[in-house]
Amino acid sequence: MSTAAPTTRPPAFPVNWPSRIAWIGLALYTIYATSILQLTWARFVAGMDNAAKFFDRMFPPNMAADKLELIYTGMVESVQIAVLATFFGVLLSMPLGLMAARNLSPGWLAWSSRGLIAVLRSFHPVIVSILFVKAVGFGALAGVMALIVSSMGFVSKLFAEVVEEMNPKQVEAVRATGASFWNVLIMAVFPQVMARFIGLTVYQLDSNLRNSTMVGIVGGGGIGAPLFTAYQRFDYDVVLTILLIIIAIIMAMEMVSGRIRRIFQ
Amino acid sequence: MTAVLSIRHLRKEYRPGQPVLKDITLDIDARGVTAIIGPSGTGKSTLIRCINRLVDPTAGEILFEGQDLAKLSGQTLRMARRRIGMVFQEYNLVERLSVIENVLSGRLGYVPAWRALLRRFPAEDVARAFDLIDAVGLSQDFATRRADALSGGQRQRVGIARAIMQNPALVLADEPTSSLDPKTSVEIMGLMADLSEKRGVPIIINIHNVDLARRYAGRIIGMTGGEVVYDGAPEGLTDAHLKHIYGGEDFL
Repeated sequence: MSTAAPTTRPPAFPVNWPSRIAWIGLALYTIYATSILQLTWARFVAGMDNAAKFFDRMFPPNMAADKLELIYTGMVESVQIAVLATFFGVLLSMPLGLMAARNLSPGWLAWSSRGLIAVLRSFHPVIVSILFVKAVGFGALAGVMALIVSSMGFVSKLFAEVVEEMNPKQVEAVRATGASFWNVLIMAVFPQVMARFIGLTVYQLDSNLRNSTMVGIVGGGGIGAPLFTAYQRFDYDVVLTILLIIIAIIMAMEMVSGRIRRIFQ
Repeated sequence: MTAVLSIRHLRKEYRPGQPVLKDITLDIDARGVTAIIGPSGTGKSTLIRCINRLVDPTAGEILFEGQDLAKLSGQTLRMARRRIGMVFQEYNLVERLSVIENVLSGRLGYVPAWRALLRRFPAEDVARAFDLIDAVGLSQDFATRRADALSGGQRQRVGIARAIMQNPALVLADEPTSSLDPKTSVEIMGLMADLSEKRGVPIIINIHNVDLARRYAGRIIGMTGGEVVYDGAPEGLTDAHLKHIYGGEDFL
């Protein structure tokens, strides 16, 4: 062993100054933003008092037959909105995602598809719902159309990424047999990406179920309208009933989606 | 014997002014195994990939069945590719498809998309696929197994079956044994030489293993620096040639 070695070696863990500065900057900004918005402990304690009253009025949940019937109708509509929006949104996402994948599409098509996806993704589903309620009127149609738009924005973007990550060697081998573009798609691309596409679809159905409870607040149909009305009339016991039913449905969906994923693995 | 493939003054530059292939001229006979040997990075793969146009040549002609492959594109290129099978170093099977689906992929140049989508391949193609799975030494039980459940040697057998399934006039093999152990390499080379002989299909094989090339090829082409420096029978390949091809002599 050479005794000179320790003096000539560089430090094993050199300081990463850009990263250190970024962390310090984040900490300083958090303190600054907290002070600007007056997020004080006293304000939080005062709020807690209010919250206690609110929660007190929620119990017990309202199980009156007329309320349950109203909730049932709204909930069924919400689920229908979610399923229809997922079906059509995912169906339209498949070609859009393929067109946006840079390893399959010519540059101009990939970039214009990505531009379209970026526009679809720009707005929150509630804002899109407001647009469609204004355009096609109150009701489930507006909600379905709004969620189709948000589904396409999410699924086609991630689907394009899945397609870009596939193994090009498998595609090259099928192309080398003289297969047509469609046959390459069917026998080399789809087998590689379908499992993950199904996963995205199931995730989007889950997401649409949650969003479909919300589009009603702005007139897009479903459980959102009764929920919002109950808030405004201070019927907090009805609010709790609706929230519990939403939780139950989301959890049931969670179990179903796990099953679906396993089938297609 | 007539040539199935004639390469004339083939040149390929990935970057302008830096040719990987310099003026290659070759005739490949309509029978037998031709091995191309040479150090890594000497353009063996590029040469093979120029033939079925996975790589576009910069200049030169590739004459095959009365056409210049170098000039084809779109539909006519697809039609020509149907006549050329290819075997890859990493097998390049579609991993999530079954063995028989991978073998039937060899018919995708002939089968319309709806049939491929519904897996309604013509009955005679399916029957031939089963025969080929048998012919490459796999039992029929493998047919419905997924390709990613197979060992390297088994996968390469499927890759060979896929190439033969095309009913090709020529098979290209790009380092088909480089990812396999020595024993399996011998089996795969033997299988390809056997199929070439029985079915009368000429095969061009890029290979690193000179001993395997000597043992199974009827003709050896030695390349170095993008040029052909040896072309002849395996018996004529001397240590002096190998020294020229690979540079140095430590490996001998």
